[in-house]
Amino acid sequence: MRVAHKIGLTLVAASVITIYGCGKKEEPKQAAVAPAPAAAQAEQPVTVKIGSAGPLTGEIAHLGKDNDNGVHLAIDQANEKNIKIGGKPVKFEVMSEDDQADPKLGPTIAQKLVDAKVAGVVGHLNSGVTIPASAVYHQAGIPMISGSATNPQLTEQGFNNIFRVVGRDDQQGPAVAQYLEAMKVKKVAIADDATAYGAGLADEVEKTLKAAGVKIVAREKTSDKATDFKAILTKIKGRAPDAIFYGGMDATGGPMLKQARELGVKAVFGFGDGACTETMNKLAGEKNAHGFICSQAGLPVQAASKSFLDAYKAKYNVDPIIYAPFTYDAANLLIAAMEKADSTDPAKYLPALQSISYDGATGHIEFDSKGDRKNAEITIFTMKDGKLAPVAVVKGGKSIKFDDYMKEAATAAPAAAPAMAPAAAPAMAPAETKK
Amino acid sequence: MDTFIQQLVNGITLGSVYAIVALGYTMVYGIIQLINFAHGDVVMIGAMVAYSVIAVLAGSGMALPPLAILAIATLCAVPVCMAVGYTLERVAYRPLRNAPRLAPLITAIGLSIILQNVALIIWSRNPLAYPQIVETVTYRLTPNPDGATITNVQVGIVGLSILMMAGLLLLVYRTKLGIAMRAVAQNPQVAGLMGIDINRVISMTFMIGAALASVAGVMDGSYYGIAHYQMGFLLGLKAFSAAVLGGIGNLGGAMLGGLLMGIIEALGAGYVGELTNLCHLSGWSDALAQRCANDPHLAVFGSNYQDVFAFVVLILVLVFRPSGLLGERVSDRA
Amino acid sequence: MRSYLDVRGRPALAWVGVALVAAALVALPWVLAGIGTAWVRITNLAILYCFLALGLNIVVGFAGLLDLGYIAFYGVGAYVYALLASPHFGIHLPFWAILPLGAALACVFGVLLGTPTLKLRGDYLAIVTLGFGEIVRIFLNNLSSPFNLTNGPQGITLIDPFRIGDFSFATTQQVLGNTLSSPIKYYYFLLAVLLVVIVVNLRLQNSRIGRAWEAIREDEIAARAMGINTRNMKLLAFAMGASFGGVAGGMFSAMQGFISPESFVLVESIMVLSMVVLGGMGNVFGVVIGALLLSYVPEVLRYTVGPAQKAVFGRTLIDPEVFRMLLFGLALVLMMLFRPAGILPSAVRKRELQRRTDGG
Repeated sequence: MRVAHKIGLTLVAASVITIYGCGKKEEPKQAAVAPAPAAAQAEQPVTVKIGSAGPLTGEIAHLGKDNDNGVHLAIDQANEKNIKIGGKPVKFEVMSEDDQADPKLGPTIAQKLVDAKVAGVVGHLNSGVTIPASAVYHQAGIPMISGSATNPQLTEQGFNNIFRVVGRDDQQGPAVAQYLEAMKVKKVAIADDATAYGAGLADEVEKTLKAAGVKIVAREKTSDKATDFKAILTKIKGRAPDAIFYGGMDATGGPMLKQARELGVKAVFGFGDGACTETMNKLAGEKNAHGFICSQAGLPVQAASKSFLDAYKAKYNVDPIIYAPFTYDAANLLIAAMEKADSTDPAKYLPALQSISYDGATGHIEFDSKGDRKNAEITIFTMKDGKLAPVAVVKGGKSIKFDDYMKEAATAAPAAAPAMAPAAAPAMAPAETKK
Repeated sequence: MDTFIQQLVNGITLGSVYAIVALGYTMVYGIIQLINFAHGDVVMIGAMVAYSVIAVLAGSGMALPPLAILAIATLCAVPVCMAVGYTLERVAYRPLRNAPRLAPLITAIGLSIILQNVALIIWSRNPLAYPQIVETVTYRLTPNPDGATITNVQVGIVGLSILMMAGLLLLVYRTKLGIAMRAVAQNPQVAGLMGIDINRVISMTFMIGAALASVAGVMDGSYYGIAHYQMGFLLGLKAFSAAVLGGIGNLGGAMLGGLLMGIIEALGAGYVGELTNLCHLSGWSDALAQRCANDPHLAVFGSNYQDVFAFVVLILVLVFRPSGLLGERVSDRA
Repeated sequence: MRSYLDVRGRPALAWVGVALVAAALVALPWVLAGIGTAWVRITNLAILYCFLALGLNIVVGFAGLLDLGYIAFYGVGAYVYALLASPHFGIHLPFWAILPLGAALACVFGVLLGTPTLKLRGDYLAIVTLGFGEIVRIFLNNLSSPFNLTNGPQGITLIDPFRIGDFSFATTQQVLGNTLSSPIKYYYFLLAVLLVVIVVNLRLQNSRIGRAWEAIREDEIAARAMGINTRNMKLLAFAMGASFGGVAGGMFSAMQGFISPESFVLVESIMVLSMVVLGGMGNVFGVVIGALLLSYVPEVLRYTVGPAQKAVFGRTLIDPEVFRMLLFGLALVLMMLFRPAGILPSAVRKRELQRRTDGG
């Protein structure tokens, strides 16, 4: 009881500092440390907590850690800039929480962050966790930006404080489809792994291709734990498609590609971002992997701003995996909105966040009324001799060759010129389940 | 027709793996009337150990022929799995042989969880890509250049399975150990009185089953090119269903059941979509016809139910013919 | 502890004991909320697991039937609630109407599963229920075509919270100067239901039905000879266990506001089974303790295993999550080998398991 009471008091104290510290109230402690005359200069900074939620343990901990790194990097950089909000210097602090990618833990972790009175949250990683958690943030009125939850349902709930900087499954799907269409394929077979991510993606690809008049010759489903794809591949082979799209992760996409080539299937393979990794070389064999195409939401890691890449590499000594640039942007968005509104009070800076226009590591960011990213770019890659190379950027329904896009970007904004090194493609770890 | 033949080839290859795993279930069941719940995970351990050995040998720069590497890997996996099988029996089954039925089942589930998580710690959560050391050679089965094919790996798997089944039959029906096993299966008390060391025979049974499982693990891993710490779970369940289909406790039944299960799965996944396609009924309803115009693949069931077939077969067999196809004993009702 | 709560034996002392426990239970959420409202949510999940464990205990503990697909009934209950109280079909029935429906449907599923399999031996039953659990999950995951029933892997969002008139369980209110947050409201609701469930279980255990189950568990042939309709009794156990699961699922749905098939996987079934085994099969209070224990273990591990390894090895070698699964596995094995009647053995079960392991 006593202990609980103490902790409670500490929390209250912390929250007073966090929330009201920036307002009119003078902290007695501050006064003691920095006596009146010098107060304006040497004022004790106000601590603002930013939550970072994702799986730090369990099946996809490596992706969760990557996301968390992105947030930490953004916050460290912001702290170096000595930002002032409401006339007071502000020190940002990251509060990282582990949701274990477990849907039933989503609300609990969200509650922990709400209890700690964070000013905003970057997370979560999986859609399955993010959706139940978002209700808790909505109740508390705390803005949440996910850098990786792609399930369309997240922003269809009508919560005005829930955002994402990554493209939705139904934005990414059309992009791959458009690229396939541009390749002049006539007959396409589509398969997915019956997860929210895979099925969502495959359904959108199907829709877009159908609208473009491409014939869908087969629509198959497997599971994310399956290893035997020969049955469905044999069926697909019988329909002789020009291309096969698979919505799923590399753990199943790789073996599927291998088994397809063993069966003598010659069609071009297309994948979403879950299988857009170099692990595919190992799982499918380098020879089989050569030539498949895949998409990634947003600009690719190597096309993310060079300054971000360098800073990330310098701080963590590894390359970002997939979503770190997105969580980095998400954290920066929160800070930018606070600066714009000149307040760290969620209720006050939320409107600023809704109407923000920001150039981040993953390109230009604006939100639509649902909280989705407007006009998100999607990049198409191809596997070339064991390396992923970007071939095109799809934006606003148009497919632009990657080289042309880069030239355009270089002339438009030389300062934020993306790294021109496809060879430095990300060393992507395989991810089994996610989103 | 090409598609059908190809599905049969796929099914028979898969079925051969099931058959080998099913043998392990059936042997243990035959002798102590218990299901070895952790058997699927023994398969996984076999695949994992072999993976490590292959990775080391293939990466060492020694110019060993691929088949030699595979053989060495299998020879390393077999003793490890036999040790695991022995431990399973000692820890989960022997101390509880006279306890209520529930007890050894629960212990075995516990051991299955432990095996999976130990494998996770050793080999990580990521799916392991089996190094492709054997160059795949494809043979055409029909004159059609795009028609049904069979690969050397598939031929190898089916051939090896047949050899192992033959070896097992010889062991059970032609050796002293085999006689002892059959005696214990019939009546352990009387067998004990006849001077048979029951504990030793039961241990041997577990170890033989585990050895078969390890080979199945290597076959599965090199066929699909992937190994994962949870791969044993579904494989084990399906193999068990295969054993029940064939008649649990019956060696021939396990082989037949395994093959059938593989074929059912391949044909099921390949054809269920067409069989349950609602668009055949378009004449009955205009609304349906409209949906079908837009989506000709509108089916009640699709390949997404591939994993369900095994369970459905299991339940059907248990309801209509609990003794399985070849089993004589009616499952007792205790 | 129970002797202190034995009202008939020592009335005065017992009533004091009951009052103290009651007061503690009522005060608990406020204390927890003092540390952090998140702990109230964790406690709510723990109570939910108590329901599940008590339901499974009827099947495994009372009747001696090993059910490895128990989470399927939980899933059925959860989906019934979600479908009848969400914008998915635009139906918004009140919770007191849906919970019984969910229980009834789960019960039907229990009977459906039980009818063909109950005449089989225990280990067949275990594996068939395991398969059944997977089938239900696969169906939930794929029933989005040709008719969109479950919305497939995307799950169902915006599920209604419990609501009585204008009193919603999802919002925060000021009551007598205190902040009554959503988790605290659910806590009191869950606690009330838990008490009812415990009483029902205790009464059930000592009823004719309970004794019939016990007889079947001990010796089915003898039980049948005594005139017990073993098939019906087993079906009843299955159906009752399933309906508890169904109710728990409905509550989960409402508390969570979003469900998808990934919440109803085999690991959950195994976790509930571990709770029952750890607490002592057939022992109502033991099972509750087992459920609470295993629900808090992950939280405890998170603050101990990771940091402890960091301190000793400098990095995390074994994830707390893996460690937890290892503990579950070990718990199942060690409990069966050394303390088959659980941490709080029920008297009868203890005697019985003792005799069996000794004598044979």
